[in-house]
Amino acid sequence: MSRGMQWLTAGLAGLLLGMGLILSGMANPAKVIGFLDVAGSWDPSLGLVMGGGLVVGSIGFALLKKQPKTLSGEPLNLPISRKIDLRLILGSVLFGIGWGVTGICPGPGLVLLGAGIPEGVLYVASLLAGMTLYSLIEKLRHSA
Amino acid sequence: MSINWQAFTLYAAVSALTGGFMIGLAAVWLAWANGRIAGISGILGHVVELIVQQKREPFGWRIAFLVGLIGAPVVWAFFAALPASVQQTGSVGLVVGGVLVGLGTRYANGCTSGHGICGLSRFSMRSLIAVCSFMGSAVITVYVLRHLLGVSV
Repeated sequence: MSRGMQWLTAGLAGLLLGMGLILSGMANPAKVIGFLDVAGSWDPSLGLVMGGGLVVGSIGFALLKKQPKTLSGEPLNLPISRKIDLRLILGSVLFGIGWGVTGICPGPGLVLLGAGIPEGVLYVASLLAGMTLYSLIEKLRHSA
Repeated sequence: MSINWQAFTLYAAVSALTGGFMIGLAAVWLAWANGRIAGISGILGHVVELIVQQKREPFGWRIAFLVGLIGAPVVWAFFAALPASVQQTGSVGLVVGGVLVGLGTRYANGCTSGHGICGLSRFSMRSLIAVCSFMGSAVITVYVLRHLLGVSV
């Protein structure tokens, strides 16, 4: 598959994912916080997003595992790390705090940016700042 | 715990489930077509990493994926009105929260899509631990902010 085709298939994946986020309610921060607020008036809807995603995902990935050939001819590049360490847990905890404060995880943040919502613009700028900070810290750590 | 039936309508449930199917399908499609995991924080963070480290590596497919994602609301709005999106967090919260999500997802190597959808679909124990950690801390954060501190998030 040509490079242009690879870009097209990746672009379609992003588009479909974004549409799914919009339809599901994941791009509505108030609804996300309503889902996370289990002690208050709880809105379970978003559990179904995870459920629906996992039904399709588990069938799809099981089929791919059986037949690990990609359309582009590129190797199936699946994560190989099985390490469960403090980095994984503390990183996830930090992510959860940020998700709880904003009601926005990275995908929906980009969707809100695309919708031209000011909160989405500020969120994505901060998200990029956090990611840049990580890359700078790791760069310093490795050059030290 | 009480269920918010005003928010959890049949329409909301069907939309959530259908949206979930689409997200799962997008993840399987990217793996099948490009051989890649549809993890948003990984894809975005890798682009940042390549810029900071000044590495030369093809990242066209990543940009294409991100363009598709960011363009989704534009394409949607072309055919139908976008569903309501209610913003509750102020500027300080968005900045602090955004930075924490950026740092945290990079250290954890994944977010709701990479660990939540792709990882759990592949029955990864690592992803299960990640999902429990971030769901747990998100629930506690909302509890503390809303019910202990009385902040309106």
